[in-house]
Amino acid sequence: MLNGRQHVGVSVTIATTLEDACAALAAEPGSLVLAGGTDLMVEVNRGSRRIGNVVALDRIPEIADWQLTGDVLRLGAGVTFAEICEPGIAALVPALAQAARTVGSPQIRNAATIGGNIATASPAGDSIPVLAALDAVLELRSAEATREVPVVEFITGVKTTCLTPGELIEAVRVPVLDGPQEFCKVGPRNAMVISVASLALLVDRSARRIRVGLGSVAPTPLRATQAEDHVSGHIDWDNGAPPEPEVLREFADLVAGSTSPIDDHRGTAAYRRHAVRVLAQRSLTRVLNRVSSS
Amino acid sequence: MTHLATSRRTAAPRIGEDAPRPDGVPKVAGTFAFSSDLHHDRMLWGGTLRSPHASARIRSLDISAAVAVTGVHAVLTHEDVPGSPNYGLEHRDQPVLAADVVRYEGEPVAIVAADNPEAVRMAIDAIAVDYEPLEPLVDPDLAERADPIHPDGNLVRRINLVHGDQGVRGEVQVEGIYEVGMQDQAFLGPESGMAVPAEDGGIDLYVATQWLHSDRDQVADCLGLDTARVRLTLSGVGGAFGAREDLSLHVHLCMLALHTRRPVKMVYSREESFHGHVHRHPARMWFRHHADRDGTIVRVESRLVLDGGAYASSSGAVIANATCFAVGPYRVPSAHIDGAVVRTNNPPCGAMRGFGAVQTCFAHEAQMDRLADALEMDPVELRLHNALAPGDELLTGQTITGTAPVAEVIRTCADHPSGASMAVDPMELPGGAGRTADPEHVVRGEAFALGFKNLLFSEGFDDSSEASCRLADGVATITSACAEVGQGFVTLAQQITREVLGVDGVVLLPASTDGIGSAGSTSASRQTWMSGGAIQEACGQVRVQLLDRLAFEHGVDAADLVVADGRVVSMAGGLEVDLAEATAEPIEASVVFRHAPTLPLDGNGQGDAHVSFAFSAHRAIVDVDVELGLVKVVELTTSQDVGRVLNPLQTVGQLEGGAAQGVGLAVMEEVLVQDGRIRNASFTDYLVPTALDMPPVEIAALIEQAEPGAPFGAKGIGEPPSISSTAAVAAAIRDATGLDLPRVPVRPTDIVFPEGAA
Repeated sequence: MLNGRQHVGVSVTIATTLEDACAALAAEPGSLVLAGGTDLMVEVNRGSRRIGNVVALDRIPEIADWQLTGDVLRLGAGVTFAEICEPGIAALVPALAQAARTVGSPQIRNAATIGGNIATASPAGDSIPVLAALDAVLELRSAEATREVPVVEFITGVKTTCLTPGELIEAVRVPVLDGPQEFCKVGPRNAMVISVASLALLVDRSARRIRVGLGSVAPTPLRATQAEDHVSGHIDWDNGAPPEPEVLREFADLVAGSTSPIDDHRGTAAYRRHAVRVLAQRSLTRVLNRVSSS
Repeated sequence: MTHLATSRRTAAPRIGEDAPRPDGVPKVAGTFAFSSDLHHDRMLWGGTLRSPHASARIRSLDISAAVAVTGVHAVLTHEDVPGSPNYGLEHRDQPVLAADVVRYEGEPVAIVAADNPEAVRMAIDAIAVDYEPLEPLVDPDLAERADPIHPDGNLVRRINLVHGDQGVRGEVQVEGIYEVGMQDQAFLGPESGMAVPAEDGGIDLYVATQWLHSDRDQVADCLGLDTARVRLTLSGVGGAFGAREDLSLHVHLCMLALHTRRPVKMVYSREESFHGHVHRHPARMWFRHHADRDGTIVRVESRLVLDGGAYASSSGAVIANATCFAVGPYRVPSAHIDGAVVRTNNPPCGAMRGFGAVQTCFAHEAQMDRLADALEMDPVELRLHNALAPGDELLTGQTITGTAPVAEVIRTCADHPSGASMAVDPMELPGGAGRTADPEHVVRGEAFALGFKNLLFSEGFDDSSEASCRLADGVATITSACAEVGQGFVTLAQQITREVLGVDGVVLLPASTDGIGSAGSTSASRQTWMSGGAIQEACGQVRVQLLDRLAFEHGVDAADLVVADGRVVSMAGGLEVDLAEATAEPIEASVVFRHAPTLPLDGNGQGDAHVSFAFSAHRAIVDVDVELGLVKVVELTTSQDVGRVLNPLQTVGQLEGGAAQGVGLAVMEEVLVQDGRIRNASFTDYLVPTALDMPPVEIAALIEQAEPGAPFGAKGIGEPPSISSTAAVAAAIRDATGLDLPRVPVRPTDIVFPEGAA
């Protein structure tokens, strides 16, 4: 039972403003950034991550809020998954709320933040496929500067990001799209399970485009752009008539073909590829049923 | 949920009434003190260095750098074990600390005590061990032919059970090969405890365990101390299910405390816990059933191989159960069952709820369904046709002399109406919160399974429990070393005392080895019978002494006296004595309770080896998303042979909890072992059912036929729910998919790629 006060040589900065947090990070660029702690503390307790200096973000009001400006939703990095499940956000980005509902248990969702999920950069991160499909842009901040990076560029590999020492995620911006959305996740348990394969499928009616983001089937966030191009051109955008079964099949094959999954103890590559193919068909059918009925 | 008929609910419930657990609210509120919450102002923290290899020779071990770490008070190795170097439940074959070889991943190699957990961790990291890794023996089928990995050899036990006329052949034969993966008990409270050195040179050990006296004897042996100087006290237990039958950190804590002369506390991490206790034996099973055209089973042949892992633990008793109950609760006049449990470099396996009967139930029930198919017979009818009844013979040649309401269990469960409707919300369908399925993607399956096992210890074991009752000032004080691990003895002990003595005030003293003899293990569904029986007898003797004393003092007939509402009154009238006054001079009785003796199995696996049997049935309804291989168990209905319900509330809890572990084994729970190494030693990856995975348990019937010899006629109820539930769920998935599914847990890929494409 390790806990903070028993560690040797640990300093914890409990920041109450972004400025303080950035200053603390600038002073000790190797510090661990702690938000909900639902990933970080698991690693610490398991002994796979040593705690040095810590900068805690959970008491910074500036990053705990969200705002809607026009059709752009800006989520502070400290917004929790429980808050994303609430109707206010869920009505704007339904797929993100569906993804948030699959994160852990209620206790985990109360603590875990969207910024933390992005910064952890796990291939199985539940919010990532939705953010990728939304072309989400991250606002990064350090003591010296701010910059903006698309989420698909931010995550550079398995649990690696382009964050530089001293930098943290301040917010994530996503568009509010016109059209139904779906997020589906496959795991061998009906709740509280790490994703074996996941898929976000969003309808962008104004751009006449289907957007697809995939999870747990590649080392980094994945957009199935070829599948998107193909299916977007075969949808009857004016009348909403369902596409031919053949189009569905081709779309699903292209989605599956865009992946590069691995075998591990949670699932095989073949199963993951198969699962996203199934999810692609089912989610497209679901959203198009809603498009045609609305 | 079936509401069981209960009589009045009072503040002081007696037999047959709902008795809420006294620790229920504290556990939910987070105020219950578990063994991991122990604290002492002067305490040190302990930790364990474990083998990273499944099999290796230890070339050298250097602790000098670890000793030099600031705050470190002791670094001990096998050379520091004061007494017997080995411990074990049935065979003392497991080293306290590895000496020249390690035989499984996670085997303890050295132990450390330091001022704080961080110093412990640093010291453990600083111990230099030079290992020469060896090729691990991981395939149980090869174990008997492989070089021995232990001086005791690779065969832990074989039972070659030969029963009846071996020439019998059936007109219809069905054959199958089945496999059960390694299940973990998945208790929530990791191994933890504290050892405090005593002034007499002995040791006080506070620990969460299932059998205090067995632990004490093994600990004393390893410490080279007289048992009188080793005192164990039960600490708050966070679940057990068999995983606390073996020693874990017990000797380590005592060694560190004796060495440092300071209290030492140790708490395993979750990952360490997966390496720190035994698991349910994985099993490979071949069966051939022979039957006549009318469905009468005439012969069963079977070969069972259980993987015991590196050390014996209770493997010998587990294979006995698997073999004796291999065919299920059916009349089988001729059988040949070759049951073997072998040693490998996989994680050690031992006791878990259901104890050998779970594995074979999965196989024999699959065989019964296969046989029903071959005979074109209704599977429930086939089971009824062959169901055991009192007076029937078991495979061991033993005649059932107690109750065996097998037909009643089958009928009530199978006939119970189902309340299962078809869900529409993806959340309620297979895939759950992942929202992967719509109703059109789902097929429904339904199946039935029956199981049984023995109650209490078998094969001639001298099984006893001691308890004492002291009635003073109207309050009864009960002493028993029975380990409360969540099964509900705390309420039963009080209910039994109230029932027998007619008093409301009952105090159950903390369980310890001090001042009372062994209560035996909290396992084998035995404590209600054994420690309940001891308390019943002790209270009965106190009652007789009380009434005799009053009869003598007042010149009345003792048979005319009754105890009620805190008074002793004569039914004829004229005498009324306050119980507190009547017991101002205390009355005491102490009893060692034994069940009817049993005999060892002979060379053919024959003999009256068991005391009593309990039977259960489950009917499962499942929805399966065949395309994704995902399962939702929609409904579980059960009937169970319980003898008599003593605490209805707790009975429901046992039936629900046992079924949840059964559902877990059917669809998700497996310790994944590759090359002898555990790949999912966490609750992130070792999955147990959530509320979205576990359906409501419908209790169709609790069959109450009083069991001779059992207190109040009550049978143990803890294990049967975990036996037939797994088989029923797996069979329902077969029904939905049409696949063979010869292995549990059923994985998504087993359904999606049944030919093993990936």
